[in-house]
Amino acid sequence: MNEISTERLSVVVERELAFPPEKIWRALTQPHLIEEWLMKSDFKPVVDYNFKLSAEWGSVDCKVLEVEPNKTLCYTWDAHGLESVVTWRLAPTSTGTHLRVEQSGFRPDQQQAYQGATYGWPKFFANLEQVLARID
Amino acid sequence: MSHTHDVLFKTLADPTRRALFERLCREGEKTVGALTARAGVSQPVVSKHLAVLKRAGMVCDRHEGRQTHYSAQRGALAPLVDWTSQMASFWETRFDHLEDLLKRMDQ
Repeated sequence: MNEISTERLSVVVERELAFPPEKIWRALTQPHLIEEWLMKSDFKPVVDYNFKLSAEWGSVDCKVLEVEPNKTLCYTWDAHGLESVVTWRLAPTSTGTHLRVEQSGFRPDQQQAYQGATYGWPKFFANLEQVLARID
Repeated sequence: MSHTHDVLFKTLADPTRRALFERLCREGEKTVGALTARAGVSQPVVSKHLAVLKRAGMVCDRHEGRQTHYSAQRGALAPLVDWTSQMASFWETRFDHLEDLLKRMDQ
């Protein structure tokens, strides 16, 4: 029954973008651009380079694992006890790029720390209010 | 809904109790006195709510001298939290921002 406690899970989000991989790559790897859509960072596209992503709720410690310009970018994503890996894949299409991000490596005991420390609680409590409004 | 869900929802249904739990989640361990100072209710009422939260396994207490310190047991809420959809929505939102940025960027 408790085998699930060691399970590693992942989240995948994909999107077709009407821009070439080279342009998306810049947005994924240049700090002043990363800051505009993700978080403030001191990223460098160099394997084994340690960097931070920071937001008002805290920071994420990262280490670059893989860099293949315009194709693959992979880094660790450690925050508040969570240890995970984020992998970006860019594939050219006839109209632009298929962009895919996968975040994997959560264990259930790490999810709680992560969600509690970041944005999960305000959202959780908002959801809870809605549920509570529906029940006696 | 499972028994666990019933207990959690009933425990959190009281707004004062929910506020106490939320504060412990956000700010970490607190004494009854510190919680009372901003709870808007008397210390006996705060203690009563903490006892209910403790029975539900949502807080634990630690005695130190004459003081009792309470902390949130965040794991108690795990059955209610669907983390995969939350992270997916996190990245979906970032993709929206990324797409907006790409539109503004020079070739």
